[in-house]
Amino acid sequence: MIPIEAVISLGLLLFAVGFVGVVVRKNLVVMLMSLELLLNGANIILAGLGRRLGSPRGSIFALFVVMMAVSEAAVGFALILAYVRRKKSYDVDALDDLKG
Amino acid sequence: MFALIPLFPLAGAAVNGLLGARFLSRRAVGATAVGAVGLSFAAAAASFAGLLRAAEPAAVRTLFTWVPASLVRTASGALAEVRFDMAFRYDPLAAVMTLVVTGVGLLIHVYSLGYMAQDKSYARFFAYMNLFTFAMLVLVLGANLGVMFVGWEGVGLCSYLLIGFWFRKDAAADAGKKAFITNRVGDFGFLLGTGLLVYALGTADIAGISAAVEGGLLPKGAATAAALLLFLGATGKSAQIPLYTWLPDAMEGPTPVSALIHAATMVTAGVYMVARLHVLFTFSGAALTVVALTGAVTAVYAASMGLVQNDIKRVLAYSTISQIGYMFIGLGAGAYAAGIFHLMTHAFFKGLLFLAAGSVIHALAGEQDMRRMGGLRTRVPRTYRVFLVGALAISGVPGLSGFFSKDEILAAAFASGNTLAWALGLLGAAMTAFYMFRLIFLVFFGQERFSAETARHVHESPRVMLVPLEVLAVLAVAGGYVGLPRVLGGGAWFGRFLAPSTGAHGPHLAAGTELLLMAASVAAALAAIFAAHAVYVRGRGEPARRFAGKHGTLYRVVSGKYFVDEFYGRVFVGGVLRLGRLAAWFDRRVIDGLVDGAAALARAASRLAIGFDESAVDGAVNGVGRAHLAASSGLRRLQTGRIYNYALAVVLGVVLVITVAVAVF
Repeated sequence: MIPIEAVISLGLLLFAVGFVGVVVRKNLVVMLMSLELLLNGANIILAGLGRRLGSPRGSIFALFVVMMAVSEAAVGFALILAYVRRKKSYDVDALDDLKG
Repeated sequence: MFALIPLFPLAGAAVNGLLGARFLSRRAVGATAVGAVGLSFAAAAASFAGLLRAAEPAAVRTLFTWVPASLVRTASGALAEVRFDMAFRYDPLAAVMTLVVTGVGLLIHVYSLGYMAQDKSYARFFAYMNLFTFAMLVLVLGANLGVMFVGWEGVGLCSYLLIGFWFRKDAAADAGKKAFITNRVGDFGFLLGTGLLVYALGTADIAGISAAVEGGLLPKGAATAAALLLFLGATGKSAQIPLYTWLPDAMEGPTPVSALIHAATMVTAGVYMVARLHVLFTFSGAALTVVALTGAVTAVYAASMGLVQNDIKRVLAYSTISQIGYMFIGLGAGAYAAGIFHLMTHAFFKGLLFLAAGSVIHALAGEQDMRRMGGLRTRVPRTYRVFLVGALAISGVPGLSGFFSKDEILAAAFASGNTLAWALGLLGAAMTAFYMFRLIFLVFFGQERFSAETARHVHESPRVMLVPLEVLAVLAVAGGYVGLPRVLGGGAWFGRFLAPSTGAHGPHLAAGTELLLMAASVAAALAAIFAAHAVYVRGRGEPARRFAGKHGTLYRVVSGKYFVDEFYGRVFVGGVLRLGRLAAWFDRRVIDGLVDGAAALARAASRLAIGFDESAVDGAVNGVGRAHLAASSGLRRLQTGRIYNYALAVVLGVVLVITVAVAVF
């Protein structure tokens, strides 16, 4: 039995790595990947807590999040592809059309 | 049965008017038009035969209710139910009129087949002719003044259409307008008279009016007023003073039109109407005197203008005005049947004269000026013979129709005590004989005064034109014998036949007096014919020229048609124009001034509004905009456009929310 603290710590760690990736990295693809890390960090905590509480709800919720992440990845990559075609760049700093 | 009489020409007009020009051959158009009038004549003859056998002298047939009954308070305060039925009334008077209209109309339609053969608008011509016949039949068959008015206006319209038939010619178009507008003046009188009768009696029905007048329901003054208003309508349609000026100009129309409308039928509508309402006119008395004197003065006045015309058709036009004057003398003397008798014989001989004049014009390829005619007796012998018959008939030569009818009128005028009307009538008769034979001698006798080019083409008219002429010539001779007076051994059948419609004849003369009057008028006519012969054949027109030279002013006045056209032109047309100019000035200065003033006011107000709008409203709107701009220019720096900044902001927000949540709860 893996202690719940370890599971939550792993989740938080993954979340933190993802967060830093999103905020710090400038490459769009890497940012999207970091986003997946964020989601999966949350998934681990969900699934772990569900198991600890003896309920399948956590796992079911985690499954939904995975499916959502897949869709999000598909849409996200499509957007990135369109963006790259227009700007000939992966750099997120070029994406400042809404700059006030 | 008699309701069918007007329907055939209506159908003919519809077929030719709607389909004729596009789908029918000229032959079919002619056959339709002539067939329609022929069937109508057959129906009229059959109805007449029925009437001779019938016990009742009058029949009324209601087709449908035209204006439904409504309660009206009449002048006397009584409530009356006023309604107009589309109803036809057939009695001896209507029988005579339908026979004349369809009979003479049929002959003129046949004649037109030849006369109009070269015209491009063949179908239009026959559609109008049939339409005219229809309208005239509605007029003579109408059982109330409303239906009569429909026909009355209908013949006016057709007259306009047919006078202006060659509307590309300015003179024709103008003449059509003149006829129409002049007639409108009369029609207005007719309408007012009808309105007055409806207001006074609560009915417009012929029988109803007659019964009410005989029953003493109408005050004398109202009767006179209504009769005079109706008579104003009659002067318009029948071309009497003061509304006669349109008829001579109407000669711009094709000659068959002049024959049918402006000689035989439409212009007698006024005579017919007065005879139709004879009870009203007799009751008024004063109106009857006006009718007689108008007729007598017109008879002489128009004849005097006929003496100096050079256009063959215009001579006949003035002659028509003059002869209708005779009819009104007869009516005015209370001898309504005599007036209608002259109407009928006049339809025969004047229709004949017009058609024969058309034949002359046809022979000379359109020439109408008698100064360029002459010597045609041998060139168009058949036309000459029928023309001579017509001229003898209209001049009142014994034995022909015009003699009987004119003498009956003059005798009636004498008997009624109106010797002025009688004397004028006698003078007019002499003038009539003179100008008719002046015409005969100028056209058919003497030297040929037309060009050699024309002379080569002179030809007798085709059979289709000559046969109707000869039929009319027979009628012009024989038509008078239906009314052969008692003093000459006849039975005055015509007057007795008409008595149920027009009342019995007034006072009778002693036989000797009547014969003396006849002798006087015959002597006058013969003397005039011999005078014409002396002047225009033996003197070759020289005495006339000398007379005109010696009395230059008189000649100018008469040949200038007494300058009545100019007078009307200046007073009425000019008056209307002046009124129009005044109205235009008023419109421009006063009405436009008001409108322009209102507009200027509105502009000034709107300028104020613009100022307010631009400074206050726009200022407020722009101020809001500028305030936002100023505020946002600081805030916009937050909008970096960098995703990771936003993401950081989201996370910081979440941390803040969680912190607050934890701290508070």
